[in-house]
Amino acid sequence: MTFSFNGTTVLDRVDLHLEPGRMVGVIGPNGAGKTTLVRLLSRLLTPAEGQIQLNGRELSHWQPSEMARVLAVIPQNPELPPTFTAWEMVLMGRTPYLGWMGKESEGDRVIARRAMEKTGVWHLAGRLISQLSGGEQQRVVIARALAQQPRVLLLDEPTAHLDINHQVQTLTLIARLVQERQLAALAVFHDLNLASQHCDELVLLHRGTVVAQGSPSQVLTPPVLQQAYGTEVDVMPHPHSGRPMVFPVCPSPPSAN
Amino acid sequence: MSQANERPGNRGLPGPWPNPEDALRRPRRPALLLWAGLAVILLVAVLGVAQGSFSIPPVTVASILWRRVIGTVSPAPWPDSWETVILDIRLPRILLAALVGGALSPAGAVYQGLFRNPLADPYLIGISSGAGLGATIAIAFGLQMRWGGLGAVSVFAFIGALAATVLVYTVSHLGGRTSVATLLLAGVALGAFLSSLTTFLMFRAADAFRTVHIVGWLMGSFALSSWPRAQLLASVLMVVGPLLWAYAHRLNVLQLDEDQARQLGVPVERTRLVLIVAASLVTATAVSVSGVIGFVGLIVPHAVRLVWGPDYRFLIPMSALSGAVFMVLADGLARSLLSPAELPVGVVTAFCGAPFFLYLLRQRKHLAF
Repeated sequence: MTFSFNGTTVLDRVDLHLEPGRMVGVIGPNGAGKTTLVRLLSRLLTPAEGQIQLNGRELSHWQPSEMARVLAVIPQNPELPPTFTAWEMVLMGRTPYLGWMGKESEGDRVIARRAMEKTGVWHLAGRLISQLSGGEQQRVVIARALAQQPRVLLLDEPTAHLDINHQVQTLTLIARLVQERQLAALAVFHDLNLASQHCDELVLLHRGTVVAQGSPSQVLTPPVLQQAYGTEVDVMPHPHSGRPMVFPVCPSPPSAN
Repeated sequence: MSQANERPGNRGLPGPWPNPEDALRRPRRPALLLWAGLAVILLVAVLGVAQGSFSIPPVTVASILWRRVIGTVSPAPWPDSWETVILDIRLPRILLAALVGGALSPAGAVYQGLFRNPLADPYLIGISSGAGLGATIAIAFGLQMRWGGLGAVSVFAFIGALAATVLVYTVSHLGGRTSVATLLLAGVALGAFLSSLTTFLMFRAADAFRTVHIVGWLMGSFALSSWPRAQLLASVLMVVGPLLWAYAHRLNVLQLDEDQARQLGVPVERTRLVLIVAASLVTATAVSVSGVIGFVGLIVPHAVRLVWGPDYRFLIPMSALSGAVFMVLADGLARSLLSPAELPVGVVTAFCGAPFFLYLLRQRKHLAF
């Protein structure tokens, strides 16, 4: 699949396959085309060449609501209307299932409640969005995606603005959901170590092309990363999981004390 | 804090809500509130008909109307002239006021939602200036025509309103997409241009009578109400009103950003086009039968939103009902404040609406748009 914009090729011959129960991480330097990839996969953009198939059917052949029942997106920095309650926000995940008058059924409400319980925000249901913290809003958005009952989940830097505790919580939750519901997931990561910890497969993009693709230990190696990011790095195994961890090498390390 | 902020996790929640989710509905009993709104309209309408150059007891008004509804022909204990005054003069006027309020308010709610802008009103994208220019042309050149009970002023105002909207939409439609910001700016620019033409024509006419007529029309009035006008607006509302209501949930989803709305399965472009066409059509019709009445379309949706929350599925019908009540009351004041002279109703809507709106803003700050 290839995507061009104003004559510039943003993504060139990217070949990806998502499978149920597996999380694919997309990494790469700024401007590598990571977000463009998510936008292509969720049909906000159309590829110039090649094809994207969902359940074996060309993406452009899907009806909007039909597609939203199968594929859910957790955006990087979603704009949420502050005067809606968390409950109303999660119920919006039922949009692709509603009839022409847009009225939710008892079943829709039960599904929305289960989704909120799953992500631990049911006790916040009556709060306004403006009264929630960044981490709580993120979990509300995840609950909304779950309420869509998708088979495919796309995440664009799901933990970009969260503190370290919420990063771990959110990613553990997503990894558990991917397992339990056998979701085919693709997540964009800025943080190489988070990607390494939580993904089954990594795709390293650089200037719109795939530089490396495979398990974290295959992709996260000093020569590959140096080529893509242009900075020298050390890679060491994580003390608990054994997954590769990336440490940039500072030219002149400041004194520790 | 309101009840909506309580922890809803309590399964043993007392009260008439068997499921914990029901306790989260805003408002709790939407249907009941809408029926209550309808009842208030009937009450206000009867009182409005009762009041005038000479007053008729409201009970008598109600019986006259009821007799007409059930079609009794038995002799009545009141003068025939009362029936004529009520049925031919006062009732069409009250009905038209209610319909105009009931058209402009939900249209304003839709525009606010479409543009995600609390300052939006039905006149945002050039309808009022287009209608104003059309009406001014008809008045300044003394055009005469009748079309289904409507005069040249109404017909030209309607054409002007729709032409302005179509022009603004076409200008901002680029490459298959419409930018909301461009739409807004094009509306402001075209509005200024058309208003300058209107002012030019007013000065060119140099005729005191016609100038007063134009200014009066631009402020809005129900003095020229008639059954055909009310019927026209009623039929447009009967078609377009349910359409707006049916699109209300998509309007909710559009309160998210465009990308999220698409990812939730809402066809954004088509939804926007349908809503703009529908809201513009009711607004243009309302303006062509009553002139440019300001402020209703801005404040009524906000008042409803501040009291009952932002869900458009409730906001649209409730705005229609509240707008109707507000407009009938405003027209009542416009008729009686300087009696026997009459104020343009737009003066009253702004005079009463603005302070009330400021009060609401102070009361429920945390619920602002």
